[in-house]
Amino acid sequence: MKILVLISNVPDTTTKVKFKDNKFDTTGVQWIINPWDELALTRALELKKESNGKIEKVAVAMVAEKSAEPTIRKALAMGADEAYRIDTTAKDSYSTAAELAEALKDKDFDLIMAGLESSDYNGLSVGAMLAELLGINSVSAVSGLEFDGEKFIVKRDIEGGYEKLTVQTPFVAVVQKGIAIVPLIPNMRGIMMAKRKPIHVIPAKGVEPLIEMVEFELPKPKPPVKLVETAEELINLLHNEAKVI
Amino acid sequence: MSNNKRALKGGEFLIKDVDYTQVFIPEEFTEEQKMIAESCRDFIQQRVLPNVEELDKHNLDLLIQLMKEAGEMGLLGISVPEEYGGFGQNFVTAMRALEEIGKGFSFAVAYAAHTGIGTLPILYFGNQEQKQKYLPKLATGEYIGAYALTEPEAGSDANAGKTKAVLSEDGKYYILNGTKMWITNAGIADVFIVYAKIDDDPNLSAFIVEKNTPGFKLGQEEEKMGIRGASTRQIFFEDAKVPVENLLGERNKGFKIALYILNLGRIKLAGATIGAAKGAINYSVDYAKQRKQFGTYIANFGAIKHKLAEMVIRTFVTESLTYRASQNIEDEEEALKQEGMDKDRAAIEAIRQFAIEASIAKVFGSEALDYVVDEAVQIHGGMGYSAEMPVERAYRDSRINRIFEGTNEINRLVIVGELLKRGMKGEYDLLTPAKEVAKELMAIPDFGKGSEDYFEKKHKLVKNFKKAILMVAGAALQKFGQAFQEEEEIIMNVADMLMLTYATESTLLRVEKLSKMYDPEKLAIYKDILDVFSFDTAWKMYKIGVDTINAFAKGDEQQAMLMGIKRFTKVDPVNTKDARRRIANKLIDDGFYNF
Repeated sequence: MKILVLISNVPDTTTKVKFKDNKFDTTGVQWIINPWDELALTRALELKKESNGKIEKVAVAMVAEKSAEPTIRKALAMGADEAYRIDTTAKDSYSTAAELAEALKDKDFDLIMAGLESSDYNGLSVGAMLAELLGINSVSAVSGLEFDGEKFIVKRDIEGGYEKLTVQTPFVAVVQKGIAIVPLIPNMRGIMMAKRKPIHVIPAKGVEPLIEMVEFELPKPKPPVKLVETAEELINLLHNEAKVI
Repeated sequence: MSNNKRALKGGEFLIKDVDYTQVFIPEEFTEEQKMIAESCRDFIQQRVLPNVEELDKHNLDLLIQLMKEAGEMGLLGISVPEEYGGFGQNFVTAMRALEEIGKGFSFAVAYAAHTGIGTLPILYFGNQEQKQKYLPKLATGEYIGAYALTEPEAGSDANAGKTKAVLSEDGKYYILNGTKMWITNAGIADVFIVYAKIDDDPNLSAFIVEKNTPGFKLGQEEEKMGIRGASTRQIFFEDAKVPVENLLGERNKGFKIALYILNLGRIKLAGATIGAAKGAINYSVDYAKQRKQFGTYIANFGAIKHKLAEMVIRTFVTESLTYRASQNIEDEEEALKQEGMDKDRAAIEAIRQFAIEASIAKVFGSEALDYVVDEAVQIHGGMGYSAEMPVERAYRDSRINRIFEGTNEINRLVIVGELLKRGMKGEYDLLTPAKEVAKELMAIPDFGKGSEDYFEKKHKLVKNFKKAILMVAGAALQKFGQAFQEEEEIIMNVADMLMLTYATESTLLRVEKLSKMYDPEKLAIYKDILDVFSFDTAWKMYKIGVDTINAFAKGDEQQAMLMGIKRFTKVDPVNTKDARRRIANKLIDDGFYNF
């Protein structure tokens, strides 16, 4: 079995977002693996470790320019065996998924994992689009993933509970909260080995995006917060000031 | 890193100028070094910080568990060569890792003691069998290491230790008797590096002692002001039988090992203070942005901005000088190896070469951190005094740094003493530059218009600081001769002047190097840091210089030198208030130390 995890290069979650000429100002920004993707990769690596060699490879793929390679290298340091970088700037969900589909169509992965959304543009759609373009199954809202030695067992959150299902490979799993608890921290051995692992650079097909970003607007500053000490006071305020109860 | 690019000898900064291309700056870390630092940071955040309170209750099982986890991640073997199960990383990388671990309160102390003074004596002074036996276990955390030098009556005067070793009748063991105290990691360690005098030897010898040695006993956990989560105990030797093959290095040469390890421990300590300071700054800015008084966030007040900015400046300066010295050590080691020196010897010689800079880093870093944590508590106001807040712990934990690895007073003696010793030995010529300054003092001052270039002006300022030192120290030496060493107040002052000068120069070289990497807009904040620090330093140098001159000079000589110190510390005006505000504003805007 082979697993591919789609990763994306996003600004650190503590980044103070600024805009310059209606574009995201990247000055001084630290880049990281998208947190959902990092958890997906963590789970993929755990499954590989527990699989007694039955999962023989975990690879990662990213649509990004060369400057994103430190982030890819981090994924390799976490334990991914190899990486694919589709050499273009990610523009929108469709063009990203289409570039991935083109690059991956002959790579025969059994499971492709994608984080629910990326923490930069939060498009929520690359995983499902990729499944569609590759003509394979897609399972969304995956909060748990097991491997019984032959097939993957997927846990999905549904209204009021969860369901477990097996899915025919190959398929795309769009994963969310619960897939792994904390991201794996690369250890020294992983970091040392990362530089010797291959990053396959695949030329982009030049798929045109379907979406054009028109404008950005920063959220308004939060109004002041009032700290309430007692329940009585809270009720009083909600009743007399906010007049909601 | 670099091939044989030795810039200067240790201490030579006083009489020689350096080009910015010859120093390493933290902005030049490699991708791999950054990744190692990130892993250390994540480990501290995920595993250590949620546990600091529990660790402070002397939960040694938890401390051992965390050390083992660090071992599994390879973090204990960063400096250990691959042939002994480590990762053979260079000096600067290990420093960078330690900086991140430095955010981990008591855990950082346990980690530093294990990886530094607990492991490296065996790496650099052990024989093949000792290395094979202990290093792989120390590198993975299977064994935890500790270092036992201090005794109840032998602290700073370490060679005065009373622990004795005598050979057993069958010649198979050394029988150790004595007491060691303030032993970090004592309660969790498996292996101790112990110093004792064999028979009536004048000097110490070093031994590797395992915890299950018959006659080896542990005292109770010490109740300390800070670093409560690190295990600190007395250890006792009552006819402890240590196998003869566990003598480390040569008999009677242990004091040399101790001194080497102290030099190493000093610069490592500076590395840890950088991380601890950044941690305390982050807690403080976070609080200042949440706490409201008089209807506004306290981060908006100038009094708070002043503190935040000064915390950043001192941390930035510590970082500049510590990594500069660290790279010097690494380059020296490489150069010595290329000259054919055995690699362990090269490591020892490299750190010895930069003993002065290591002491400067230790003193500067520990005092900068003490300032940072003190103001961190102040920014938190009443909450800063509450044990609920991390800054309360940071405040208590910081204080030991000025005491261990040689008190800051001992280190100041080392800074001046080492420099003079090297001058006497002819390693470099201090006399001629000192005479030139004396001559310059008598000549008519040069009123010519100097350069208007920003960096050239700063270089001139640093050059003048060096002249101030040569003038003051040169005259004091001439006056006191051999009795100079009795004049400890003057020595402390000269040490401070040396330290401030090295600090300013290191910051200047870093900012100058950054000027080639950053656009003017991005560079501006770093120039602010340099402006404020160099301006403050000039006035400090002036005050220290005047105090020192008045302590020994009289009449015309005194007058001439007082005029000289004024001339050598003359600095262009800086609006430090506005510069500090800009620095604080960046910190507040970023929300964490991001310089």
